Amino acid sequence: MIDWLHHLLIIPILLPLAVGAALIPIDERNRMLKGVFGFGSTLIVFVVATILMHVAANAGNLPETGIYQLGNWPAPFGIVLVLDRLSALMLCLTAGLALAAQVYSMARWHTAGHHFHSLFQLLIAGLNGAFLTGDIFNLFVFFEMMLAASYGLLLHGSGPVRVKAGLHYIAINLAASSLFLIGVSLIYGVTGTLNMADLATKLATLTPENRQLVETGAAILGIAFLVKAGMWPLSFWLPPAYAAATPPVAAVFAILTKVGIYVIVRLHFLIFGAAAGPSAGFGQEWLVAGGMLTIAFGAIGVLASQAMGRLAGYSVLVSSGTLLAAIGLGHAGMLAGALFYLVSSTLTISAFFLLIELVDRGRDAGADVLAVTMEAYGDFDEDEEEEEIGVAIPGTMAVLGLCFCLCAVLLSGLPPLSGFVAKFAILRGLFDMPGADLTTAMSAADWTYVVLLILSGLAAMIAMNRIGIRTFWASIEGTVPRVFVIEITPVLVLLAACVFLSLQAGPAMRYMQATADDLLNPLSQSERVLSAPRAGGQ
Amino acid sequence: MELILSAGIGALTASGVYLLLRPRTYQVIIGLSLLSYAVNLFIFGMGRLRVNAPPVLDPGGVGDLAQYTDPVTQALVLTAIVIGFAMTALFLVVLLASRGFTGTDHVDGREQRHD
Repeated sequence: MIDWLHHLLIIPILLPLAVGAALIPIDERNRMLKGVFGFGSTLIVFVVATILMHVAANAGNLPETGIYQLGNWPAPFGIVLVLDRLSALMLCLTAGLALAAQVYSMARWHTAGHHFHSLFQLLIAGLNGAFLTGDIFNLFVFFEMMLAASYGLLLHGSGPVRVKAGLHYIAINLAASSLFLIGVSLIYGVTGTLNMADLATKLATLTPENRQLVETGAAILGIAFLVKAGMWPLSFWLPPAYAAATPPVAAVFAILTKVGIYVIVRLHFLIFGAAAGPSAGFGQEWLVAGGMLTIAFGAIGVLASQAMGRLAGYSVLVSSGTLLAAIGLGHAGMLAGALFYLVSSTLTISAFFLLIELVDRGRDAGADVLAVTMEAYGDFDEDEEEEEIGVAIPGTMAVLGLCFCLCAVLLSGLPPLSGFVAKFAILRGLFDMPGADLTTAMSAADWTYVVLLILSGLAAMIAMNRIGIRTFWASIEGTVPRVFVIEITPVLVLLAACVFLSLQAGPAMRYMQATADDLLNPLSQSERVLSAPRAGGQ
Repeated sequence: MELILSAGIGALTASGVYLLLRPRTYQVIIGLSLLSYAVNLFIFGMGRLRVNAPPVLDPGGVGDLAQYTDPVTQALVLTAIVIGFAMTALFLVVLLASRGFTGTDHVDGREQRHD
């Protein structure tokens, strides 16, 4: 029984990889078939991720569960996959978003180019691998896999706008990959290990010269992840790229920035946690400053955006900045709130990206973009496709408007939904200093963060109100958008997940708190990885 | 030898970064290639430079481990080369697509006036 459960850990990587490869030779005309296979694969991954989350929540800290030794070599020498609460959470979130985006794409967007479903599966495999691996070079490989698939997906649908955004996106990511490699090899050159858990134990014993080299390596590595996460001076590529991507792709890209955040959270607390001796808390001030500048830049961008796609892109930046600064401020109580915020904001932004195209469809500009895409690839089978998909739902505008309102409430962090719960939890963690006078215990950075967090919510609310009024209250010159049930359902499901998260905020916060406690106690984590026994013998 | 290697890495990186910041897509791709060469050499160097030391254990007996060079970095370099090569090829395709759509090889898809 334990054995069977043990091998579940590899499924989120292997299954999408195999399905993605198997879908390539199938003819493009059978794309509904491909879509169904892809959906099935993601659904299985979602179920597995849910089981893994359950395992992680209940027995996650035993060395026997949750450590998967690839090649059956023990930890510092062999590559391991590590399951803990955080990685299980990210797996679940990824699979959930991917399911929604895939269903959405089957209405029309997967017809805009080739191999959509294969690329999508490979992206999921890369993402899951990056979340599970316990080895930094292996992380690089999964990162590249994820990025390679994301290049293809960003260019899906083609057209000059996407190719231009794709060119910039690929160039910056290739440069970031070089930095990634420099950082990894520098760390390896000094410590002689690539295993994250082993690294954590080695760092405390370094000589000062070597410590400086490792810190340099970690800083270079950090830049690579911050490019991905979209920290301010490194984030100018993000809004155009996300706005240019097709909606289902943009929706799943919402998790790509969170991969950068995830790795920073993981490495920051594992390597530079409290046990790291003089290196403890290395780079925090940079995360705080960068994170806050990102919030400010994102909020200004949100206010200045004309099109909803760009607004959503800048919302991604606000969300990244909020998380980075929260990690950097380093108050133990904030971490759980930040993780809750990560889940809530990712779901919201993803739903918003899907919604944008549906709303825009009734307006001329959006219709133009779609028409250009269809033209580029020819809409030879569009007519039969439309009949086969299903009925257009009545009261379209009402449903779209309701979804838009929910997105606005979630993005700006107003009660009663999860966006509010998340921000409240972060702020509560910040103010929660037992036995200390708040006026002296809180630094200027803390107060700035509070102000920025609230102002960014205000900016989101103003921008969403403006666009909402322009879109839904203005007289509609064009036709009412034709929206299919399978397009609006994913949006509704993602928003329902946010509502569910608000209703179940208690259990969810307990899970996040346990995750945060794990993160803040890195040595028990490394011990667990390093002491894991080999399967079938000593 | 250390001096030659480090000077080589430095020269490659400097040229790579310079070209990466240039406005033509062809310059960017050559810059990225140079940068990845520099990175590969750097990874290789992180296993320490040793002459006449094999990375693979002798089948007749392991003997003294100090006689061997670090095999891990060589494996890492191989992986990095393969991935870097694939990414360069992919970038080349996008570059050509951009050229086809816009008719220019400027990275922004349009010529700047003062150019």
